Amino acid sequence: MAELRDLYQEVILEHSKAPRNFKKLDSANHHAEGFNPLCGDRFTVYLDLEGGKVKDIAFQGSGCAISKASASMMTQSVKGKTIAEAERLFEHFHKFVTTQEHADSDTEQLGKLAVFSGVAEFPARVKCATLAWHTLQAALEGKQQSVSTE
Amino acid sequence: MTIAAKSAQAIGSRPELDVEAVRAEFPILHQTVHGKPLVYLDNAATSQKPRFVLDAISEYYEKENANIHRGVHYLSERATADYEKVREKVQRFLNAARSSEIIFVRGTTEGINLVAQSFGRANVAAGDEVLITAMEHHSNIVPWQMLCQEKGAKLRVAPINDRGELLLDEYEKLLGPRTKIAAITHVSNALGSVNPVKRMIEMAHRRNIPALVDGAQAVPHMTVDVQDLDADFYAFSGHKMYGPTGIGVLYGKTALLEAMPPYQGGGDMISSVTFEKTTYNKLPYKFEAGTPDIAGVIGLGAALDYVADVGMDAIAAHEHDLLAYATESVSAIPGVRIIGTAAEKAGVLSFMVGDIHPHDVGTILDQEGIAIRTGHHCSQPVMERFCIPATARASFAIYNTREDIDALVRGIKIVREVLG
Repeated sequence: MAELRDLYQEVILEHSKAPRNFKKLDSANHHAEGFNPLCGDRFTVYLDLEGGKVKDIAFQGSGCAISKASASMMTQSVKGKTIAEAERLFEHFHKFVTTQEHADSDTEQLGKLAVFSGVAEFPARVKCATLAWHTLQAALEGKQQSVSTE
Repeated sequence: MTIAAKSAQAIGSRPELDVEAVRAEFPILHQTVHGKPLVYLDNAATSQKPRFVLDAISEYYEKENANIHRGVHYLSERATADYEKVREKVQRFLNAARSSEIIFVRGTTEGINLVAQSFGRANVAAGDEVLITAMEHHSNIVPWQMLCQEKGAKLRVAPINDRGELLLDEYEKLLGPRTKIAAITHVSNALGSVNPVKRMIEMAHRRNIPALVDGAQAVPHMTVDVQDLDADFYAFSGHKMYGPTGIGVLYGKTALLEAMPPYQGGGDMISSVTFEKTTYNKLPYKFEAGTPDIAGVIGLGAALDYVADVGMDAIAAHEHDLLAYATESVSAIPGVRIIGTAAEKAGVLSFMVGDIHPHDVGTILDQEGIAIRTGHHCSQPVMERFCIPATARASFAIYNTREDIDALVRGIKIVREVLG
C-alpha cells in the first residue's frame, strides 16, 4: 500500500480528475499526437510558440491517471518557458522517473513535478508518465506524424 | 494419468475438478508476488504449464533430441515418431478426418497468415471481399488487411451489438457474390463472446464461401469438432491451453490445402529440388518448411494428453462456474461495469471500474499479487465499438478458484479506495 500511495500521490490524483489546460488550443501553431499502443493512451499536445517561448500550451485525449496528471502538470510547468528550457526539463524529468535514487538537487529542479518520484518503482508505468512529454517534444520539433512510446 | 484426472473420474457422471489437485500440478502458481500469494487471472493471454508438460519438454531434450524426417539414426527415428504421434493426437483433439490436415505452425497468428498468404493470394483478386467480424483479434484483421491492400480487395466487417454479440443477419447479408473467405473468431478474446460458428460456416457454405475459424480462445475451454463445424480452416495456439509458446496448429480441409501453393520454401517441404524446378512435398509437409519446433510439438502433445486426462467436460463445467461467480461478484461492486455481456460466453470477464483507467486498475491489482490483463487486448476496433480506450480483463483456467475471484473483488475494492 505504501508504494501505491507513493505512485498515486494526492496531487497526481487531483490532476488526473481535474486536468489543467485540458482543451484544444485555438491559437496553437504547433501540435502533435502521442500514442501508447500498449494501453491505448492517446494525447494531443497543442503549442502556441512565440519568439522561441511557449506562450501557451494545452492538451486533449485519454489515458490513465499517471499519464493524464503528468500531461496536466507538464502544461503548467512549461508554460512561459523557452523551448530550450522545456527540453531540459523533459531531460530532468525523464531521468527522474527512471532512476530510483533521487538527489535533492534533482527534486529542486523539478519543483512540483517531483511528485512523480514513485513512478521509478513501477517500470511498466514510466511510459505513462513520459507520454505527454514525448508528445511535447514532437510538437516542438514540428513533427506531423504521431509519436509512439513503443 | 494425472492426479486431477483420477479424482475427476472418481466423481462419476457429473465431472468435477479437484482444483487443489490441479493446482498442485502447476509449479508456477506456488509463489508470492509483492508479498502476496499469486492469483493468476491472465489466462487468455497465456496459460500456465503443468509439470507434466514441462517434464515432457525436458525429457525430449534430455533423451531424444534429434532432427526429424531426415536421419536414419535411432534418435532421429524416435523424435520423428513422437512428433508424428502428436499430429495424430491433434487430429483426434479436433476430430479431423486425416492427420495430414494438421499443420504445425508457430501459433494462431501464423496459421491465419498462412491461409491469407497462400489461399488468399491465390484466390482473392481486385474487387473481391474478405469478411471478418467486429470482435476479431488483430491477428485475424491485419493479415486480411495486408492481403486486401495488395490485391485491391475489400475488407468487410460484420457488426456486433452492445452486449458484444454478433449480428447474425448482418453477417449473412455481408456474405456476397464477391466474398472469397469468411474469417471469424470462435470466442472473442476481449469480450468472451462465443460465436455461433457452426451456423456462420453453414451460411458461408450456402454461398460456396470457405470459412476460417480463429480458435485461440475456444480450444482451452470447449470441445471442438472441425468436421461437425464443417470448418474449412481452424487455427489455434498451444500456449493458451497449457502447452508451450511457439507452437500452434492450422487445420485445413485436404482439398483446399492441396490446391494451395506453399507458404514458405525450404527444407522438408520438398520432394525434389533442382535449380530448374522443385517438386513440393505432400501434405502436411508442404506447409512445414525448415526444422520445426519439435520440442514445442512434444509439449503440445503433452498438453493435449493433460487436457484429455482432466476431461474437457470437467474443465468447461469448472470454468463456467467460475465465470458465473466472477460475473456476479464483480458486477456487484458499485461502479463496476462489465464489458461483453453476451448470452454465450467463455473464460473472459472484461470490466471497467468507474472511470478509472484500466492501467491504474492493473497496477494496483498487481500490488495485491493479482495478474490481470489491461489494455485493448489486441482488439482496438472492439474498444472503439464500446467507446473505451481499454478494459481490465480477468480470464480463467482450470486451476483458478472461487478464492481467486474473491481476491480479485477485494483488489477492485482497494482500487476504488486508492483512486475512487
